[in-house]
Parts: sequence; structure tokens; C-alpha cells
Amino acid sequence: MTWESVIGLEVHVQLATRSKIFSGASSAFGAEPNSQACPVDLGLPGVLPVLNEEAVRMAVKFGLAIGAEVNAYSVFDRKNYFYPDLPKGYQISQFEQPIVGRGELIVHTEDGPPKTIGITRAHLEEDAGKSVHDAYAGLTGIDLNRTGTPLLEVVSDPDLRTAAEAAAYFRQLHTLVRYLKICDGNLAQGSMRCDANVSIRRMGESELGVRSEIKNINSFRFVEMAINYEIERQIELLESGGTVERDTRLYDAERNETRSMRSKELSNDYRYFPDPDLLPVEIDDAFIDAVAASMPELPEAKLNRYVTELDLSDYDAGWLTQDPDAAGYFEAVHAVSGNPKLSANWVMGELSAALNRAELDIAQSPLSAEKPGRLLQRIEDGTVSGKIAKGIFETLWQQGGEVDAIIAAEGLEQVTDTGAIQSLIDEIIAANPDQVAQFQAGKDKVFGFFVGQVMKASKGKANPQQVNELLRDALKH
Amino acid sequence: MHADSSLIELANGLKNRTFSSLELTNAYLSAIDESQDELNAFITVTADIARAQAKAADERLAAGDAPALCGVPLAYKDIFCTEGVATTCGSRMLENFIAPYTATAIARLNDAGAVMLGKTNLDEFAMGSSNENSYFGSVANPWDPSRVPGGSSGGSACAVAAGLAPAALGTDTGGSIRQPAAFCGVSGLKPTYGRVSRYGMVAFASSLDQGGVFARGAADIAMVLGHMAGFDPRDSTSADQTDDWLTACRSQPPSAASQGRIGIPKQYFVDLGVTDASMQNACRTLEAAGFTLVDVSVPHVDAAIACYYIIAGAEASTNLSRYDGVRFGHRCEDPQSLDDLYRRSRSEGFGAEVKRRILTGTYALSVGYYDAYYLKAQKIRRLIQQDFLDAFADVDLIIAPTTPDVAFKRGDLVDDPVAMYQQDIYTIPASLAGLPAMSIPCGQHQGLPLGMQLIGPHFAERTLLETAAAFQQLTDFHQLRPEPTA
Repeated sequence: MTWESVIGLEVHVQLATRSKIFSGASSAFGAEPNSQACPVDLGLPGVLPVLNEEAVRMAVKFGLAIGAEVNAYSVFDRKNYFYPDLPKGYQISQFEQPIVGRGELIVHTEDGPPKTIGITRAHLEEDAGKSVHDAYAGLTGIDLNRTGTPLLEVVSDPDLRTAAEAAAYFRQLHTLVRYLKICDGNLAQGSMRCDANVSIRRMGESELGVRSEIKNINSFRFVEMAINYEIERQIELLESGGTVERDTRLYDAERNETRSMRSKELSNDYRYFPDPDLLPVEIDDAFIDAVAASMPELPEAKLNRYVTELDLSDYDAGWLTQDPDAAGYFEAVHAVSGNPKLSANWVMGELSAALNRAELDIAQSPLSAEKPGRLLQRIEDGTVSGKIAKGIFETLWQQGGEVDAIIAAEGLEQVTDTGAIQSLIDEIIAANPDQVAQFQAGKDKVFGFFVGQVMKASKGKANPQQVNELLRDALKH
Repeated sequence: MHADSSLIELANGLKNRTFSSLELTNAYLSAIDESQDELNAFITVTADIARAQAKAADERLAAGDAPALCGVPLAYKDIFCTEGVATTCGSRMLENFIAPYTATAIARLNDAGAVMLGKTNLDEFAMGSSNENSYFGSVANPWDPSRVPGGSSGGSACAVAAGLAPAALGTDTGGSIRQPAAFCGVSGLKPTYGRVSRYGMVAFASSLDQGGVFARGAADIAMVLGHMAGFDPRDSTSADQTDDWLTACRSQPPSAASQGRIGIPKQYFVDLGVTDASMQNACRTLEAAGFTLVDVSVPHVDAAIACYYIIAGAEASTNLSRYDGVRFGHRCEDPQSLDDLYRRSRSEGFGAEVKRRILTGTYALSVGYYDAYYLKAQKIRRLIQQDFLDAFADVDLIIAPTTPDVAFKRGDLVDDPVAMYQQDIYTIPASLAGLPAMSIPCGQHQGLPLGMQLIGPHFAERTLLETAAAFQQLTDFHQLRPEPTA
């Protein structure tokens, strides 16, 4: 029997505002526990929330980026439940009238054409604090620094059909929010967290199966592994005559399995209702226009431009545009070098390898893009060969300096003077009569030996193309 | 020196250096001290702070150009947060809560040099109409200590009536300023929703709560309101608009209106009972003063009480969720589990009326009941608001009784919550509509005060205060004082 899986993701995007969504406290990560919680975050009696306009601006930016309707009127609601890290006993969220309505996102997977995934809605809400269960024996610590951090919850349609597709969607969202500069995208610090709703049904059926929800997954790889595990679990259940219970599950990465947290029957009645402390959010056209004017080139547009205008391969364009920092670096290299393909190769090759060895992100690169750009320009104008350029890159990486200065100081300029190359060739031919005889007897492979000897004699600086041409001429005689 | 003077007279005395703020403050502090056993109007008396503020005020007064309110002692309902001083809300839950901030309204009065005498008693979390729901004991009506002062701002109304403060702050959610003002024979104004910042005012029902003022007369109220009202960026629901007239009230009493159209809503004037005579007299007085009386109709007010108890309860049920014993407030001994911590901390920390409202509010918001209760109540609320807007197309303000009767006996209604809720029948509609409304003394029945309500369009505090000033020029009900106690 063949099964089809149906997957929808809810992704919590932590917005990169300086202060919290309803208070002036800092939202920076990693401070001393409870040092960034003001009376509003603590839910002390008498204090009131005031909406951070920057969070609204970021939500609108996201809405425009996914081609969604930005609702002119949206409402904050209270979601009521008791938990020690939820100081007010309710979370301020948006329930019936979210700020961002229906939109879509194009997702690229390795196999198959790009797929458009519907986005049901995106709404603003505040994050809760953190319960720390392992720091004190027998006690739970509460850190309220995260309380009130602005979140944009992005809810997809159940359009995803495989775990790989779901992971690709999550990754695409990650790319998008980083382009928009509305989230730092730091998954390890929880800046993007994902809940996956997974169900299966027989291929061809139109009705949805009973779903389970896997909570709080925070890596692309885990999204894929957790969903795959869950699909398998549900198939096994149904094929062995069981039924899938609607429940909420946690993914345990160490064991690669999902475990039930609570069943939906025991779930809370959240008693949503409009928060009377906050006015409805009204957004006018001028606000939207101002946000629209600040939009960067979006990843999909950039990818298309790289392919059609810069003639890059789909793979290269995809690789470079996935990370806005990589795309920015590439564009800066290209601006100096003038050769898109060469620039792409070097960013994806030499630079990427060096960064990996140093465990650095491209944004942390010790080399400004201008330097590889200049280096590639020197390949383009024939000043140095590609091979020599690799050595110069190493020097730049290890010791710094300027490309042209290194070339001059180390005498690395490519030899293109025909007379100089010819005299090297003459010397090599004279010194290797046996090989000359072999070549002339028809052993073509020996040609490579001569090229190598000439290049070596030139310390790698001779123009390889000229060496080839002159050598062939010389050996004919 | 103080018992028979209005706030404005005292402010003038301070300005003219007839007496010092410290002398005045000390006089009030000893009056409070003498009254406490019988009246119990205060939960906390802040004598040291009051004297320090009085000395500072005297220096400002000596230096000249001090605000008109400088050095005037005031009492604050114990639901306004005051940095460094306990803010109990009349609840065991917050018996030891000391806020690290001061409510905006009080911060503004502090800036003007007002002196804080103390924090007045109230029904727990402002829920009640008799001040019998206070963890710190009930408050007596100074006109007859066997009777209630009204609620929830009973301590503030009692303090002004008994001469323990020339003016006091209260909060009004469904009548909590106007009803005790009527019962205690003083004037009380609930401003337009949004006029006074709610920041630092502990929430009961956020869409209804509004801070206001008790004093003898309209002029006194205008001076205090002028100092404390105005937009506050820390309260998203505070109104971002200036009112030059109100600002001028800081130093200049409102003039008395001499004309205007006053609506008589027929729904309020059915079976007036003991209030009938005083209401009729008040109408005649206003007519004689030049006002025109016009019949108006507010047809949906009969649903106001039910609507109010659903909305206020719903909001209260979640506003009070933060009292969970985790971070502040009452915490039960030796909790066995998280649920046990919540259950016992809240069971022990809250009184019966607060629990009742949390339960009814929770019910009204629950799945399956939300549409039938909460949403329907919101629709009725809009109808009531529209009723008033329609009426104000024809009249400048509306007159109505404040309460169905004089102050009732302590203990009479404690076991009958529905009868208790009926006490708010005349005050709730204006609250639901967010309108400014004030109660001013308009007569007596068997030696006990009665009040009448003036209800105006949004932000028409000027109309209310100038009309009240006109009425108070022609009558002396607001000057009547109870016999000194003890």
C-alpha cells in the first residue's frame, strides 16, 4: 500500500527588534538570567503593554515579501493558560485577526521543479520565558529574559508532501527572513523554531488523516528526521491495524524518535479574547508604502537574475542566494572582478573552503570581498595565472596585504613575453633529447612533461596557453 | 483649621502662607489616626512620607511659583501603585506587595507637590459595592457607622466625607466612585475612559477601569483632575488629546454654567422610590438656573447589568491570572506540586467575591459559551453606547439618580450577590459607554445623603463640572457634614 504524507509547518520567527514587543527591555540573547525583564515583562500589577512599532514594521515586511494581504486592521488577543514561565497567565497573541493574511513561498528541492507552498497567515505574539529544569536539583529555575521577545508565527498550508520538502520550506523561510533582516536566523539560539503537523493518508485520498504535532524543532536536519520518523511511525500504526491519535509530540534527536507530550483531549481551552489593554493595530497605505520602499531584492528574484543575467548555473545561483551574506559577498567580488562565473567559483570554492577550515561564517570573513575581487581581476587581465592566484589567496588569507603589492613583491606577474618563454623552451628541449625523441616517435604523453618542465623553470609564472602553443611549434621541428 | 474647608480654600491658605503644608498634613494625620478604629478608611497611613512631602512642599511654596496643588494633602485608593509603599488592592494576595513604580496619575500629583496621606481601603481588587470585600476589614459610613460607605472606593469616599482628606483618588469600573460618593454625601467624578492613565492602576476590568476624584465640590475635583489627567505613552488606551480647559483647571476653578440642555432618560426615572423627591427638586433647581430639561431615551440600559458582569468578569478572570504565587504575592506554605501551588495560593489569597467573578468570567470566555455570553455582551455594549450617542445629539448632558437608595446596612447584602450587583443599576451604563459621569450630593433621606448623576458625552468633563458648579452654587448639600465620630 502506498501512503501520502501531508505536512504543515508553524514556524516561530524571533524578530530582531532591539527591545521587546510590549516593553522597553532589551531583547538581546545570552544575558544573565532575569536581568532583561522589566515590570511589564514580569507581569507586575498595574503595568501595561505598549506595542513596539518596529515589530509591526517587520511583520508587514514579511507579508509583502510573501505576496500576502497585509491586514489594515488586526487585533491582539489573550491566550490564557497557567505556566510558571508565563508571568501574566496569558500570552498576548493574534487569534482571529492576524496582521498578515494568505501568501506563498516558492521552495526549491534537489529533485523536482520549484514548488509553491501556501502560507495561511502570519501573526505577531510575545514569547514566554524559559523554564530551566536541569540547573538546580529538584527545582525548576525561571528565566524571564525571553519573556516578551517578539515572534512572528508563520503558518503554512498543509501543502508539504515529504520531510525533505518540509525542510526545504523551513530553509527557504530562514533565507527569506535573513534577507529581510527581520530575524538573525540563529537556529542554535532558538531564533527560529518549528512545529510540524504530520498526517498520512492513502495515495489518492482527498480527506486528511489524523495529525500529530511535533513541537519545537530547531534545525533543518531535525525537521527532516523528525518528520520522517513520524511518517514511518504512523504508517506502521495504520498498517498494523491501529489508529493515529491526535497528540502533541517532542522530537528526541539523540534517539531519533518522537514521543507523546500530551494528548489533545487534555489540552487547554485557551479562552482567547481581544486584549483590552491594546488597541487594534491599524495600518495605513503610507505605512505599507514606506515598508515596500525599503524592501531588498528577494532571494527568488536574485536567483532568477543570477541565472538569466549572470549566466550562472541553477546550482551556483541557488548556493549563492541561499544566504544573503554569501550573495552580498559574491556580488561585491563580482563588482571588482567583472567575471560572474569566476567569482562564483572562487566564493564557493577557495573562500568557502578557507572559511570552513576556520569555522567562520561568510559574514565573519577576515578577507573583504574587494581582495578576492582584485585577485580575480588580475586573472582576467592576464597578470597572474589561476594557479598563482591560489597561492596569492593563501597569502592574503594568512598574512593579509594587497593583491597588487603581493604580486609585485613576490614577482608573481605572469610571463607573457614570447621571447622569454621561447628561450626557456629552447633550454628544456636542449636538456632533454631523449624525451624529444620519444615525442617525435609519436608518444604524445611526453608533451605534458615538457609543459611541466617549462612551467617549473618559470616558477609557474609563464602563461600556460603561450607555453602550450610555443612548445608545440618547437617540438614539431 | 481644615475640617470645614474645601480643597481650593486650603490651597489658597497654603499659597498665602496662612498655614504650612506640614501643619495641615499633621492635622489630617491626627484626624485619620482618631478615626481609624471606627471608620477604617485607610489600609496604610504614610505619615513619614506625608511629612517629608509637606516639608518639601513648604519649601516650594516659600520659593514662590509652586503649582496650585502644592502642599495639599490627598488620599489614594490602595489600587494605585506607589513606589516603596505597599499596594494591597484590599487583598491578602498583595498584602506585602510593594511596587517598584508609581502610577502615572499619582506621579503627576507628586510632581505638582501634593502630599500623600495614605492608601485608602477598598473592596478587594475593586470588586464590590459596599467595601465589605476588603481583606483589611470593612469601612464604615461616617453618616451612620452601621451602614456601608459604598464601594469599591469606599475608603476614599469615607475619608473625604469624614474630613480625613480634602480630596481622594478612586477608580470606577461600574460605579465605584459615583456610588460611594452618593452614599457618603461627597462629589465624585469618573472621567471619560482614556482621560486618566491606567498605568500603575492595578487592573480589574481593563476596558472599563478609570481613575477619578472625590472631593466636596466640583471645583475641588477640577483642580485635582487637571493635574492628573492627560495622555500617557505607557497606556495604549489613554487618549492622545489635549484639553486646554482642563489644564487651566489646575489653577482656575470652573465657572458655573447658566444654560444647557439636560436629558431626562425615562429608563432611569421609573419607580425612583426614596430618591424621587431629591431628583425632582434637583431638576427644578436646574430649570430655575436656566437649563432646559428634555426627555430622552436610552432603550438598551435594561441589559446593562448582565452585560457588565460578563465583560468585567471576563477581563478580570485573566487580569488576575498573574497572581499565581510564583513571582510575587501570596504563596501557600509547602506546595506539593505546581498545581497545588496555584490552587492553594489562589484559594487562600483571594476572597469570595473575587473568586466568584473569576469563575463567572472564565465561564463566559470558555469554548462553547464565548459567543453566547462574551460576544453578545460586547454587542449590547455597543448598543448602549449608541443609545447615549443618539441622546447626546439632542442634549448636552444627562441627569439620573446615582443609586436606588441611601446607604444600606453593613451585612445586609453580603449573602446576596445579585442584590448587591443591582446597586450598580444606574452607574453601569455610563461605564459601558466609556462616558464621563459624576455624582454630586442632591438631597437627604432620613439623615442620609443621596446623590445624582450627571453623564456627559466623551471628553465633556467641562460640561459636567460647570453644570455641577452651577448646581452647587444654588444648593448646599455638598457642604453638609456628618456629625464628627468618636
